Amino acid sequence: MDDLLADFLTETNEGLVALDAALVRLERTPEDAPTLSEVFRIVHTIKGTCGFLGLPRMEAVAHAAENVLGRYRDGALQVSQGGVSLILRALDAIRGIVSELEASGAEPAGDDLPLIAALNGAAAGGGVPAPPAEPLDAAQPATPPGARAEPAPETGAAPPQTIRVSVEVLEDLMMLVSELVLTRNQLLQLARNGADGAFAVPLQRLSHITSDLQEGVMKTRMQPIGNAWAKLPRLVRDLGVELGKRIELEMRGAETELDRQVLELIKDPLTHMVRNSGDHGLETPQERRRAGKPETGRITLNAYHEGGHIIIEIADDGRGLSIERIRAKALVQGLATEAELAAMPERDIQRFIFHAGFSTAAAVTAVSGRGVGMDVVKTNMERIGGTIEVRSQEGQGTAFIIKIPLTLAIVSALIVQAGSERFAIPQIGVVELVRVGGEGNGGPQLEHIKDAPVLRLRDRLLPLVSLAGLLRLDPAQAASAAGESAFVVVTQVGPHAFGIIVDRVFDTEEIVVKPVAPILRHVTMFSGNTILGDGSVIMILDPNGIARATGVGSEAVDAEAERGRARPAAAMLSDARTALLLFRAGDATPKAVPLGLIARLEDVPREQIETAGRRPLVQYRGRLMPLVPLSGPWDPAAAPARQQVLVFSDGERAMGLIVDEILDVLEERVAIDGTGERPGYLGSAVIGGKVTEMLDTAWWLRQGGEDWFGGATALAGQGRRVLVVEDSAFFRNLVVPALGAAGYAVTAVADAREALRLRDAGAGFEAVVSDITMPGMDGYDLARALREGGAWRDLPLIALSGRAGPADIERGRLAGFTDYVAKFDRAALLESLRQCLATATAA
Amino acid sequence: MQQSVTLEAPAHGVPAARDIPLAEEAAEVFLTLSVAGQLCGVPVLAVRDVLGVQAITRIPLAPAEVAGSLNLRGRIVTAIDLRCRLGLPPRDSGEGARGAMSVVVERDGELYSLLADQVGEVLPLPRADRAPNPPTLDPLWREVSRGVHRLGERLLILLDVERILAIG
Repeated sequence: MDDLLADFLTETNEGLVALDAALVRLERTPEDAPTLSEVFRIVHTIKGTCGFLGLPRMEAVAHAAENVLGRYRDGALQVSQGGVSLILRALDAIRGIVSELEASGAEPAGDDLPLIAALNGAAAGGGVPAPPAEPLDAAQPATPPGARAEPAPETGAAPPQTIRVSVEVLEDLMMLVSELVLTRNQLLQLARNGADGAFAVPLQRLSHITSDLQEGVMKTRMQPIGNAWAKLPRLVRDLGVELGKRIELEMRGAETELDRQVLELIKDPLTHMVRNSGDHGLETPQERRRAGKPETGRITLNAYHEGGHIIIEIADDGRGLSIERIRAKALVQGLATEAELAAMPERDIQRFIFHAGFSTAAAVTAVSGRGVGMDVVKTNMERIGGTIEVRSQEGQGTAFIIKIPLTLAIVSALIVQAGSERFAIPQIGVVELVRVGGEGNGGPQLEHIKDAPVLRLRDRLLPLVSLAGLLRLDPAQAASAAGESAFVVVTQVGPHAFGIIVDRVFDTEEIVVKPVAPILRHVTMFSGNTILGDGSVIMILDPNGIARATGVGSEAVDAEAERGRARPAAAMLSDARTALLLFRAGDATPKAVPLGLIARLEDVPREQIETAGRRPLVQYRGRLMPLVPLSGPWDPAAAPARQQVLVFSDGERAMGLIVDEILDVLEERVAIDGTGERPGYLGSAVIGGKVTEMLDTAWWLRQGGEDWFGGATALAGQGRRVLVVEDSAFFRNLVVPALGAAGYAVTAVADAREALRLRDAGAGFEAVVSDITMPGMDGYDLARALREGGAWRDLPLIALSGRAGPADIERGRLAGFTDYVAKFDRAALLESLRQCLATATAA
Repeated sequence: MQQSVTLEAPAHGVPAARDIPLAEEAAEVFLTLSVAGQLCGVPVLAVRDVLGVQAITRIPLAPAEVAGSLNLRGRIVTAIDLRCRLGLPPRDSGEGARGAMSVVVERDGELYSLLADQVGEVLPLPRADRAPNPPTLDPLWREVSRGVHRLGERLLILLDVERILAIG
């Protein structure tokens, strides 16, 4: 009987969780017959089992709830919020009894007559003559004992065959498998060294089986994060009713799997944060209407994997954090002085909410603001080696970004050497390997801009970091320092690519990621350590940590998460950090241009510069390249012996800008102030603490004589979101700043599939600008795919193409493009965007 | 592979020494080790393994006291250089060639190895004979020492493993 009871309790608990979610769904879509019958079935099963096990009190409650549901199912009653609330209350009563049962093994005394009466009232209250409420004699089993086994054929989904295994057994298994993997690796290493063929085949088999076993055991520990979210719809619904707010909960990536141990640990903090978002984050419908937002507030949960981490975002579109209030509170609590606060960037001020006892909620509601604040959440996250970040914009909403490492995972890693040490780099972060230097093989070479090493890789300049330098390894042993050949591991972190210079590259190996000892946790460059096949211990590099430590794309994760958008690998946002090349030309004010736009930096001897019609030219790679001096007309007599030239090129076209001196390369979030604008410059921005003029690349390219662009008109894009699909990095880098300067919030992706992926991930845009000729899926296909259906079906679509003949335009319209613009006509593009968006708004 | 001078029997599954109410013990058992000529003792119950010279992987950017990590039967052990931890001069190259012995201890489920020049013997030391730290003792040492024992001609410092590992 005890076993039976235990089974019943587990089953009932699972049923209750499922019910919560289903009822909330039902409330929203009362017509949903499958949901209704699912709810009915679960309640019925609980009731039946109660009768079977002799639990009269619980049975009575379940029975009354079932009555109401039965009336809903028969269509005799309309599903109403009041009714659902009552049923939820009944479930809570059942839950209470279940927990008592778990504790004591017996049903607690007491009755639920008021609740039952209310339920019966609801069942009878439809105005339809109801059958007289059955006498709720507690002792009377309302259902025959056999009811428990009643299958639910109408729902079709038979429950999967499962058994319960203690977690400890799984943990032990996992440990053993990890050891097995390491031993297997060791054997493989031995086999590679010795050439004994007899072992090769069985070893291969062993290797496969080990891999499969490893995967299988890993799977047993993994659970979709949706399990931790299951209770949230109910929570949010109750919260909405209680606070008089309309809240919509959106959950994305619920299938993202993570270790069940981690899952357990983040469950409570997550619940707390969602509750916070609903309570503090979202405004009341009146406030929202006044702020020009839809009445229904939105809480978005998003989970995805990234480089051995799981990222969970909890975002709301509510009022955002009030910097003023946090500042005042921090001052009152003595966390910082006024002077410190004044100098503090906003995001540091926002971080005060993670301080113990820091709550800006004006009122303590029943829901939150009771002193258990974000500091507890932060501590909990840090305990499992995770981090939490907050991004907030007043009036726009708040997003929390949690990053949790997979504490126990097996990953494929590249083994590299720098100095005399070996390191592992997770393959997932590695885009490609480039060999640099070496004697006269014509391969790519490391170059330096000031002291920053860069690599010209195809059409872009790649910032580099030296691993030996970064880790302060013995430089004498680092081959790269001596100018010998080295390797660049090209790594992608969010939208930013950068290269890590290493001395040697070995093999790839499957490694078991083990967390580093607590006393080393502060070294963020490492995500863990592991034991290689040869038995030696090796540190695992964390590309994210390296990027942060070197400033490459340090804002990447946050800047995009802020917008609550899924991030494509190659997306580039106009408000994310941009690598800028700083230089001097003419006056003393430094000038900047996005590094990505520059193809090459050349050092041209004065004698090689010729003039044709008073315009300087240089023979460059077998062609004539126009040179445009940035500071007034070029005078051969006054020019220095060697002239610094920034080369812009696309395909066969090239143009050079003559500058005086290259200053530096910096990563900055560029906020251009357009006041005091003069031709050739987009405006000025503060970069590296200095006022710097931002070059209007398009303007200067026009000076080069080739008609790369049409005229420029500054338009207020009003921060509307535009997606640019363009395979050429060059044009991408032109279009994004141009649109960004016109006030649009631009996201750029390199191909059509990436764009579709963004759409499927739920990203929202107001217009799409797409190239036509792209490898793989071209612009026409993309247009057709978008028009077929999905969230972006009615968005304005603007084609951007080098070919803009009538036939092309007709073809574009047939495919679904709203407008067709020639590729280099910036003014036309801006005008078209304005019109399309205006029409879309009007409609 | 492991040239272990094993001594692991007493350690497995036994609660660490700090859990035992010391006042009630007449004598605690210590493992003696020497670090740059200084005799030290660690509670034997805290010790999991004693290993001979190991290949140690350096960990860049780690605190100076962390000598690196090593592999103990598939588990990663963080090695603490006792000389550095105690502010003693580093091993010179002549001695360094012979390397250091590892005394492996566990703390919060993590394994640490204390690198000592030599590992001595296992001694029961009566509590009554223990003298408190002299007030003039180097503050660094006072921090990690639980007291002093006279051992024939020499003085033995009782190391507090917990404190030794409190780095950074």
